[in-house]
Amino acid sequence: MISVGTALPEKIVYLDRALLKAYADASGDQNPIHQSEEFALSVGLPNVIAHGMLTMALVGKYVTDWSGGSASVKEFGARFIKPVIVPAGEKVDLTINATVIEVNGAEIKVDLVATSAGVKVLGMAKAVVIKI
Amino acid sequence: MLAPDSVGRTFAGADSISITQSEIDAFAAVIGETDTSVAPPTFTIRISLDQFQSILTKPEIGLDWSRLVHGDQKFEIFAPIKAGDSVRCSATIESYRVAAGNEIVSVRSDLHRGEDLVISSWSTLVVRA
Repeated sequence: MISVGTALPEKIVYLDRALLKAYADASGDQNPIHQSEEFALSVGLPNVIAHGMLTMALVGKYVTDWSGGSASVKEFGARFIKPVIVPAGEKVDLTINATVIEVNGAEIKVDLVATSAGVKVLGMAKAVVIKI
Repeated sequence: MLAPDSVGRTFAGADSISITQSEIDAFAAVIGETDTSVAPPTFTIRISLDQFQSILTKPEIGLDWSRLVHGDQKFEIFAPIKAGDSVRCSATIESYRVAAGNEIVSVRSDLHRGEDLVISSWSTLVVRA
């Protein structure tokens, strides 16, 4: 039974430079801050960072695994409050949790929490789904 | 600096864009989605960001895309996108402000399939000082 307060199971996914390259190719976003350490440092970033939209896509996958696939999402939003930092040769975590915050008939709204290396990377992250 | 009279303007996309199965497959593969009968919910960001870039970097509007970061993103999905869809994208500059030297632009993208609005999305884009 799903009701307000129901917690979804935690999931941890791992990001590395190869995933960032794959997302750049799949999304068309070839901004070098997501691929080149030299460029990222030159614009004041601590290292290569993941595309915010890659983080959001991975959190979306977490939601749709629970709600019944890509077609189940009605609304999905987030603020990119901190970057996911991806050093060369490392796999960094994206740890995702969610809680049901509204149930309106078939529509379920979940509040999403995503952290990497213990730092919250998304703010105001919410999705509305029709669970299939 | 964004041209002030561009706020509130809506720009129609030039042509319809055809969605291919291989594009959906590639995007889905990155996030580990194996069901590619419909596109993942954030798939259309590639269409919207392309159009925002082409509009906002026009000389008469004048945003510096090279200093841009993505502040936030929201989607409302009325119908999922599938391979074979042909969509038209219009973009609206909803607001613009400067805070601590950063330029903050809010833009909306409306994707239509035929007469139907299928996805609206909102992006806040920040040009860093």
